[in-house]
Amino acid sequence: MSFLIALFWIAVAIAGALTAGWLFLKIAASVTRGGTARALRSAPVTAGFGMLVILLYILVALLAPVIAPYAEREVVGAQFLPWDSTHLLGTDNLGRDMFTRLVYGARNTVGIAFLTTALAFSIGSILGLLAATVGGWMDQVLSRIVDILMAIPSLIFSLLLLTIFGTSVVTLILVIATIDSTRVFRLARSVALNIVVMDYIEAAKLRGEGLWRLITREILPNALAPLVAEFGLRFCFVFLMISALSFLGVGIQPPTADWGSMVKDNAALITFGDVTPLLPAGAIALLTVAVNFVVDWMLHRASGLKE
Amino acid sequence: MSIIWSMISKRLALGLLTLFVISIIIFGATELLPGDLAKNILGQSATPETVAAFRKELGLDLPAHTRYINWLLGALHGDFGTSLANKRPIADLIATRLSNTLFLALYAAAIAIPLSLTLGILAALYRNSIFDRAANAMALTSISFPEFFVAYILIFVLAQSGWFPSMARMDASTTFTEALYRTFLPALTLTLVVTAHMMRMTRAALINLLASPYIEMARLKGMSPARVILKHALPNALAPIITVVALNLAYLITGVVVVEAVFVYPGLGQLMVDSVSKRDFPVVQAVALIFAAAYVLLNLTADVLSTLSNPRLIHRK
Repeated sequence: MSFLIALFWIAVAIAGALTAGWLFLKIAASVTRGGTARALRSAPVTAGFGMLVILLYILVALLAPVIAPYAEREVVGAQFLPWDSTHLLGTDNLGRDMFTRLVYGARNTVGIAFLTTALAFSIGSILGLLAATVGGWMDQVLSRIVDILMAIPSLIFSLLLLTIFGTSVVTLILVIATIDSTRVFRLARSVALNIVVMDYIEAAKLRGEGLWRLITREILPNALAPLVAEFGLRFCFVFLMISALSFLGVGIQPPTADWGSMVKDNAALITFGDVTPLLPAGAIALLTVAVNFVVDWMLHRASGLKE
Repeated sequence: MSIIWSMISKRLALGLLTLFVISIIIFGATELLPGDLAKNILGQSATPETVAAFRKELGLDLPAHTRYINWLLGALHGDFGTSLANKRPIADLIATRLSNTLFLALYAAAIAIPLSLTLGILAALYRNSIFDRAANAMALTSISFPEFFVAYILIFVLAQSGWFPSMARMDASTTFTEALYRTFLPALTLTLVVTAHMMRMTRAALINLLASPYIEMARLKGMSPARVILKHALPNALAPIITVVALNLAYLITGVVVVEAVFVYPGLGQLMVDSVSKRDFPVVQAVALIFAAAYVLLNLTADVLSTLSNPRLIHRK
């Protein structure tokens, strides 16, 4: 019986999510105009839901101090208090307000993941485009280095590097950005290789365009669509990786509020039938699902695929 | 036959070379640290004498290449040095944990591979049906879930009611069936995490093939859809399927780290995570080398098997 009730609530949640996505698409299409509105009107409901969720996360991250009732690191009561009106989601293992930590976690976890992805992307795409454009020994050297780095499982490699350089947010960002930039490099290089052989690039070279201008003005605009979709996918990977590392206790360090470590710290509650520790994990999952939905739609649009 | 053997030996040599370079990276990464490793680990408060003693203990007074050769030769003989944290030989720490981790990964693979292949074939057979769409949506969702989320949901649903233990304790006296029972939840978590990807890839590989003319021919001569897929499409889809299975097995190796932490399972991943926070880098290096070796080996096997499954790849001009 309880299984059926759970199933019912899941169905309600999915229906609610789809309605919200549909409404969001309608509203977004009516306030925008031109190509954006046309794109939004043809977007699937899942993409609408994804965009809505991403927007909500950004709002929560930006407005964290306004939304949260307490300060991020403030101890406000006894440990593991149940849900009530003063502590919306109860308190954690040190007596800090769970809801507040969850809100600030949006800022810290998502912010750090975004920063890392952006860094990985800058390194990877610049080197990848450079390797494809210059070719020759530079391409060989960079590609072989990337091949070797990719032969080591990324979680294992990051654990190794974190042991050596110590666990702090800066090293975390640098280590994961480096490891992830190898994947971006692969894609940027393969996309650019197809562009470099085109006639108009030859013409641009003959006209005397420099390397930098060639990359940014001629190649990058045509490589942008797959790269943007890849950015979404990479963000998901980086986000999950940082959460996993934080969960293992070697990522974002306390007392910074972070979803991965929040799950770890309060995990004991789960065996007593309390769902609170599942909330930060669910927040991670929800954002990743949302980004995946939007990326799916963008890939579909970029490739012009119709099933 | 000789072509096959020369192909396999070439791949094997390439794999060994990769592994050799990886071992240099794993060892050399400690050299990247600016300043003195011993001082860095002991912290600012250490006296010069303790730092000097610690350096001697680590062998840091020797040049890097000598240390690397000693380390590699030791590792080849199963001797990884001693742990910094508890001074025990690393080989002893690893021995039982390695078999525990392998057991868990194989257990998960034994459930995941048949399950995902069946689901993938069914999804390709009934594509665009409700079953296909539901399977696809579930796959996309479960790819987006962090492993610990899946694990804790399973604990919440299955362990709380007392059906399965939420902690996978293992010791020498645990019998095989009992081990299967105790590690059911970790194995199920890993299964859920990798099944989605394998299923989607199987479906995609099959659907790609279903568009080719010879499949149309088979259909036109009146074959049943199931027979078309099993007899005509599947053998030709083997190469991509083998690749994706091996990739996911390799993924299992890293996924095991998080799952072991959730279920307090005494495996290699748990050891590695513990050692990272203690900055016990000889242990981390040893475990990283083992994981990397398994990863390279799996990719190598996938490469060889997918080549063997396609005669056109063996007799390439």
